[in-house]
Amino acid sequence: MIDQGRSVPGSGALRQTGRLFALAASVLWLSFRRPFQVRELIEQFWFIASVTILPSMLVSIPFGAVITLQVGSLTQQLGAESFTGAASVLAVVQQASPLIVALLIAGAGGSAICADIGARTIREEMDAMEVMGVSPIQRLIVPRVLGAAGVAVLLNGLVSVVGLLGGYFFFVYLQHGTPGSFVASFSALAQLPDLYVSEIKALIFGFIAAVVAAHRGLNPRPGPKGVGDAVNQSVIIAFLLLFFVNLVLTAIYLKIVPPKGS
Amino acid sequence: MGIEVVVEGLTKSFGSHVVWRDVSLSLPAGEVSVMLGPSGTGKTVFLKSLVGLVRPDHGRVMVDGIDTASCRERELYQARKLFGVMFQDGALFGSLNLFDNIAFPLREHTKLTESEIRRVVLEKMEMVGLAGESHKFPGEISGGMRKRAGLARALVLDPQIILCDEPDSGLDPVRTAYLSQLLIDLNAEIDATILIVTHDIQIARTVPDNIGMLFRGKLVMFGPREVLLTSDHPVITQFVNGRRIGPIGMSEEKDEATLASERASVTGDRSQGLPELIPQLVPTAGMPERMAVRRRTSRVLRMLHTLPAPAQEAIIASLPAAERERAAGPALPTAPPELPEPDEPQQDEGENEPGETLADRLLGRHRRGRPRGGGT
Repeated sequence: MIDQGRSVPGSGALRQTGRLFALAASVLWLSFRRPFQVRELIEQFWFIASVTILPSMLVSIPFGAVITLQVGSLTQQLGAESFTGAASVLAVVQQASPLIVALLIAGAGGSAICADIGARTIREEMDAMEVMGVSPIQRLIVPRVLGAAGVAVLLNGLVSVVGLLGGYFFFVYLQHGTPGSFVASFSALAQLPDLYVSEIKALIFGFIAAVVAAHRGLNPRPGPKGVGDAVNQSVIIAFLLLFFVNLVLTAIYLKIVPPKGS
Repeated sequence: MGIEVVVEGLTKSFGSHVVWRDVSLSLPAGEVSVMLGPSGTGKTVFLKSLVGLVRPDHGRVMVDGIDTASCRERELYQARKLFGVMFQDGALFGSLNLFDNIAFPLREHTKLTESEIRRVVLEKMEMVGLAGESHKFPGEISGGMRKRAGLARALVLDPQIILCDEPDSGLDPVRTAYLSQLLIDLNAEIDATILIVTHDIQIARTVPDNIGMLFRGKLVMFGPREVLLTSDHPVITQFVNGRRIGPIGMSEEKDEATLASERASVTGDRSQGLPELIPQLVPTAGMPERMAVRRRTSRVLRMLHTLPAPAQEAIIASLPAAERERAAGPALPTAPPELPEPDEPQQDEGENEPGETLADRLLGRHRRGRPRGGGT
């Protein structure tokens, strides 16, 4: 009864943040507790993959092309045309690919998760499940989060490849660059840790996007409009968080992994 | 036999809005209770707080030795297996058909084979009158069917306590009557403690053994059905009669000024008394006898002297002839043989003395009260 009725400005946001972290923690904890919902995981994995694969390929082709064209014109002016491939690889694998994955997992997968969970929440399905002694987090949220994180990792590989192919295509046919130099310089700047960090980023982004979606879905304002708002919020919150986390991860990576050739 | 649920000093608020404060009552084991209240008085919140879906700010809810208001998550999941909850709209899983919905608790919690699950599920569906509908999805059926399916799902794990959230909402009076009968039959069959949360006065008058009423964040009253149905408490008479005149307003509460002007303008209306007490539903023929009736009779007779006079009359009048005889004679003290009163230290003399005088007094009052009935 100490704090009731009074609210400190910003306390609402803090409380929501705390709940988000609590949900993330319990998802992690319950991932390792039996019974594990294999069937639900497979279904969700398949569902998230099916809604994200095509859009992410379609997004990554122009994205890779834009990067290559931009970098290509720059390197041409500097006379370092042979480094176009190297720069594209670095940009696509390390930055563009995890972000594209994140946007699509949050936008396509996360919104679907949030809408599904939200509709179930307002229909009291979550309460019913809890009353039947089944934890909705374990039964529904954990498979979705793991599914999203898993799809993100795999999708990241796909996006990297497709993005680079797009870049290669535009470099060779539009800028009339030499195919050999693009491919030959692949490993001039990029190194294996770039790929590792890219995959780690994708994993974390997928996890965050799904947890945010689940959190908004579990706490919608009452009524159908509440669910609509929750989906909207989940996408926006996920985007904000993802870009911020990307900044932090990149900064850490650049500190601990020395760039090649230095 | 069902399990008693003891609620002590329960308080819940959302932000600065206090839903209800200091609610204390106990749902007697195996009996049917109803919690009444105008819309928006936190009846559903109360029901949810019993199963730990809503954590109250203060107070305890003791179920089988576990305090569901403050226990740990794991204990709570354990305690919840004693409950079957029927939600307002059934709360069925939209992605599963009725059979899978009702089988869900069995598949999650038991190691039954698929054929055993089939047997249990079909039996429960038969019980609530849904035989042959098992392949339908919740979106394809009517609200009443969803409610019954929700009830069937609440029943598959053989709960000791059944909670029903507004079983009448969105149902026509006939279907509501069927559902009421179903709940009474159910109580006769499995002897579970049942709590129904509703604002339907018809259910309140026919179904429960005990009635409570929530209003303005407080428990106005909780006790045997006769007590509330004969009460002259203004909130209760207004609610039971469905009148505009009284403390309950269109919004949450009326202010004093409105109430006073209302009182001044309508003076003749207040004479309208409570509707007549109608007998409680009995199980349909073929069902076993409700064990709760016998337990309740002895329990109520023991507390008879604490009840208001009209309620005492009504209780005596509701007893079967033989029981009334017994209540009248010196045999009354031995009427409750099973359970000695726990909070009465001087049992022996205390049992004889007040019992005898009490019965005499009551019967006298009863005769005077209803001259045409002529006693027994």
